Amino acid sequence: MLNAPAKTRVDAVVLGASAGAVDALGVILPTLPATLAVPVIIVVHIPASRPSLLVELFAAKCALPVREAEDKLAIAPGTVWFAPPGYHLLVERERTFALSLDELVNHSRPSIDVLFESAAEAYGERLLAMVLTGANHDGAHGAAQVQAAGGLIAVQDPKTANVSAMPELAIGRTKPDIIGTLPELAAYAIAQATERVEVRP
Amino acid sequence: MSDVREIELNLLLEAIFQRYRYDFRSYSMASLKRRISRAMTEFSCETISALQDKVLHDPVVFPRLLQYLTVQVSDMFRDPAYFRTLRERIVPFLKTYPSLKIWVAGCSSGEEVYSLAILLREEGLAERALIYATDINGDALRRAEAGVYPLDRVAAFTENHRLSGARGSLSEYYTAAYGSAVFDRSLIKRVVFSDHSLATDHVFAEVQMVSCRNVLIYFDRQLQARAVGLFKDALVRRGFLGLGAKESLHGSVHQPDFLDFASGERWYQRC
Repeated sequence: MLNAPAKTRVDAVVLGASAGAVDALGVILPTLPATLAVPVIIVVHIPASRPSLLVELFAAKCALPVREAEDKLAIAPGTVWFAPPGYHLLVERERTFALSLDELVNHSRPSIDVLFESAAEAYGERLLAMVLTGANHDGAHGAAQVQAAGGLIAVQDPKTANVSAMPELAIGRTKPDIIGTLPELAAYAIAQATERVEVRP
Repeated sequence: MSDVREIELNLLLEAIFQRYRYDFRSYSMASLKRRISRAMTEFSCETISALQDKVLHDPVVFPRLLQYLTVQVSDMFRDPAYFRTLRERIVPFLKTYPSLKIWVAGCSSGEEVYSLAILLREEGLAERALIYATDINGDALRRAEAGVYPLDRVAAFTENHRLSGARGSLSEYYTAAYGSAVFDRSLIKRVVFSDHSLATDHVFAEVQMVSCRNVLIYFDRQLQARAVGLFKDALVRRGFLGLGAKESLHGSVHQPDFLDFASGERWYQRC
């Protein structure tokens, strides 16, 4: 099991984004420092029919290594992980990845809810879930599960989102710990996921 | 999931194994939990223990639960590059055998079986090939044998078939009727559909090729190793093993027994 150092508030960040995702991630991911002590696990809704260019695109822009999640792989910290197109991405309790081709959830595979719900079970309160721009209702149910397990919720301010529906629905289902602009969410995530910041409840 | 639910889950899987001999104990738990949650809704069970009670005492429940635990919908010619590699690089090897046996392990509702049968016919190998199509789900095997698929899925099948390097059209192999595509019965003339578990059963034949796609992702490492061990033992030397697009032998205890034949397309060759 990969444990992040105890000084971080969370052991993992999970993030879901749909329509407008690439631009939104382009604001957040490059600001994440190489010292980030936990994994950042991301589901973006993209068509399954073509290979994902997300890894290539963001590897060039990020201080952290960027990889596609692989089945049964131990989830290395300090790494940005993308779900492969066409597969659900789940986290096992032993904090390894699992992929599945089970039916679409919220018309999506990968589904944000599937990632969030499994991560909530694996990480409990030591998890930050972020919901960004999107036209779908994916992520809201999963965010509620994360919150019920004691994890943190960060939602993009719908007014600043490229498409507001997904953050609005997440706000409707949870009491987010922060609702903010993309730079504010990035700063919040860094604070929860790096060792240099002491976070007090 | 709380520790209590974790206990209940383990007990349910143990109960299923002891009562029905279906072994899900070494499955990948994260997705299995999701399916069990859906089944709990279907059977109006508040807890996994309540589901266990029904599974053990109501004989109609387990066959229905099994559909939740196993059914996978696939596409014909899913990941066309896999079939293109088969057609262009592996068929020439297969043509050197006077008779061929092929094992489709975890065939579910049969899309892969028909894809292979069509490809073998297109490549002139159908008459000398015997396909073993196995699964643990009897209902899925019956659907596979029927070869009837919703017509609205056929456009995707057709495109995949084309991308697999086919020269003809998929429409030569099915008849459309009442919103369904009914695949030509002659395709499965030399297919044996059979109940077989990669978790509990053993090798049943010597084969020149195994195709087992998107099955291993549902297994834990230990069960993956068991399954690949069966494939290793079933395959002749220089026989071929094909896996799903996100599956590999990387890190498997059996990796030394296979060569990367076309590892990008997940084709391996037995040493």
